[in-house]
Amino acid sequence: MVHKKTGALALVAALLLSTSAFAQDKRVVTWNGDYDPIPLAAAEALIVDFEAANPEIDVVLTNFDHEAYKNAIRNFLTADPPDLANWYAANRMRPFVEAGLFADISDVWAANGLMDSLAASVPSSTIDGKQYAIPYTYYQWGIYFNRDAYAAAGVEVPGPEGVNWETFLANCEAFKTAGIDCVTTGSSALWPVAGIFDYLSLRTNGYQFHSDLAGGKVSWTSPEARAVFAEFGKLQPFVTENHAAIDWQDAAAIFVQGKAANYVMGNFAVGVFKEGGMTNDNLGFMVFPEITAGLARAEEAPTDTIHLTSGAKNPDDAKLFLAFMASAEAQSKWNAAVGQLPTNKNATVPQDDPFLVAGFAALSTSTGGIAQFWDRDADAEYAKAGMEGFQRFLVQPEALEEILAQLEATRARLFPQ
Amino acid sequence: MANASDAVTAVPVRRAAGWWNQRTLAPWLFLAPGLFMFGVYVLWPIIQSITLSFYDWNGLYNQDGEFTGTFVGTRNYAELMTDPAFETSLWNNLKWLVLYMAALPIGLFIAIFLNQTVRGMRLYKSLFFFPFVISQVVVGLIFAWFYAPNFGLFYLLTEAITGKGTAILANPDLVTYGIIAAGLWPQIAYVMILYLTGLNNVAADQIEAARLDGAKGWKMLWYVVLPQLRPATFIAVIVTVIGALRSFDLVSIMTNGGPFGSSRVLSYYMYEKALGEYGFRMGYGAAIAVVLFAIMMIFISGFIWKMWRDETQR
Repeated sequence: MVHKKTGALALVAALLLSTSAFAQDKRVVTWNGDYDPIPLAAAEALIVDFEAANPEIDVVLTNFDHEAYKNAIRNFLTADPPDLANWYAANRMRPFVEAGLFADISDVWAANGLMDSLAASVPSSTIDGKQYAIPYTYYQWGIYFNRDAYAAAGVEVPGPEGVNWETFLANCEAFKTAGIDCVTTGSSALWPVAGIFDYLSLRTNGYQFHSDLAGGKVSWTSPEARAVFAEFGKLQPFVTENHAAIDWQDAAAIFVQGKAANYVMGNFAVGVFKEGGMTNDNLGFMVFPEITAGLARAEEAPTDTIHLTSGAKNPDDAKLFLAFMASAEAQSKWNAAVGQLPTNKNATVPQDDPFLVAGFAALSTSTGGIAQFWDRDADAEYAKAGMEGFQRFLVQPEALEEILAQLEATRARLFPQ
Repeated sequence: MANASDAVTAVPVRRAAGWWNQRTLAPWLFLAPGLFMFGVYVLWPIIQSITLSFYDWNGLYNQDGEFTGTFVGTRNYAELMTDPAFETSLWNNLKWLVLYMAALPIGLFIAIFLNQTVRGMRLYKSLFFFPFVISQVVVGLIFAWFYAPNFGLFYLLTEAITGKGTAILANPDLVTYGIIAAGLWPQIAYVMILYLTGLNNVAADQIEAARLDGAKGWKMLWYVVLPQLRPATFIAVIVTVIGALRSFDLVSIMTNGGPFGSSRVLSYYMYEKALGEYGFRMGYGAAIAVVLFAIMMIFISGFIWKMWRDETQR
């Protein structure tokens, strides 16, 4: 009995020794992420590459459920901070930066020439002149269209460069006559309508207006804002009825069935369209039509990011990994596996995916700027109030004055002049 | 035997000797676990919520684990007074309270209908009770599909009758009533079970006597049966009021408070502000919770007062 006990103790001691010895010759970098299966596999492949190049470092990725992560991050950043954590750029990271939970990584940006290679993402990674994020992927938004629906209504199929706004609205009339919804969306989760509004806003007044509106610097009753709602009003009769009761996936079903012709969406929806039976032959992509002629074209491309936490135990090696994630090779590999776009301008895009190629072309030729999306550019509470206003306008366009007054009251409260 | 009688006579002596004797201590010992639980899980959170409602806090602690909120006094409450979403939620809660009461007469009617001895009655009873057994989330999903535009049964029915389908959950004026109807389905079943057990205890001799005196139909129900069902009615009112006030799951499952916030109720608005994706205003959420608590207290103290009165009158 006694022998057994000492034997067990010796075994435990030996195990402890061996793990601590293991930990001693490998420096651990902990990373908390929120990946779905495909991105997770891609991230693990990157870790293998990184560890092969840096054999003395062990990167440990703890993966969370995507929705649960949004709450978990608020606890673990204080209670048990990992070295690295996934999050989103622009205003989404601001609360964590202001609470001092994300660390300043301007040195990583400077040391690796990221100001140049990640040029398009500098504004969304920067708060008060310092960089707090490594953007490693984004995806384009635009109009996905069903060629079969265009054929059924006898409307000419647009090319990748799209059509102009008058033609688009005229097409909508033709679709209406044919009993097809010109534009579909499912707004029960609110954010899909923000995509439509953002594009109308970017095309009517440009990127700076979008940014100022999201920042609370522009009045909702200004002539510029009214102009956006005027265009929104022109589109309103052609949007799927009852969109407020359905999710974006339900609207995707309407789109796949050819009961709707166009869908203003992000590139992540392509997977859903294809699962529904669409192929590269009948699914098309075009940029949102030009409204104000001559305006520099801006696009929406929400960016996902990795951050160094302030409580990191191994910040030096974590920074090495961040630099790796910013590199063209790592981004090309991860994004090719996931079907999104790399933020590094030297990275490559798989040429056999027409939507990625089109998205890369649309984003790299957009001279107006890259917007993150309404709910990432605007403060969270302001974003929600705005999206409720957009949804209400799509349901009750006659209530415009009330909507604008309410949004203006929210702005006055959140951004005291 | 002698020892036992000694002990019996010894009790009054010891009781006079001090406060902490067996008789006074025992109830507190038995209550202690319950009191501890009640204090830690009910009283303390209430105090914390009330305290938090005077702060502006985004739910984050800083790196050193310090609270990052700022004290704002009653500003959260002042903001509530002018918040149109809060007003909508309050009105919707009122609609819930009033319309949920329909569960009582309907539940009573079904209970009386089912309170007869027919072959297979147990099966019918269980079928009527079924909606209460399934989760509220499932009830919400079933009704969401029932109302769903384009393929929902309700939508197709209205389309067949009026020529134009009505998507209840997309209509800001109808959405709350649609959710209440979904909530009533299990609530009626609950009330029905309460009345069915109550009906088992209705004195058969009183019914017999009333029948001899010529009472029947509504008069029999109103003057003879209902008075004997008072305890069941009391419990049914309590569970219905509480069910109406804490109506969170159905709103969350069916509409997320939409379209544009038209179907919000206080409990859901609190969740949205404190824990929702665009929320994390803990202080403001706590202020909503305090208001909801105050409303519930009106009913709860009424019930406690009635129960206390009944106990002392006995």
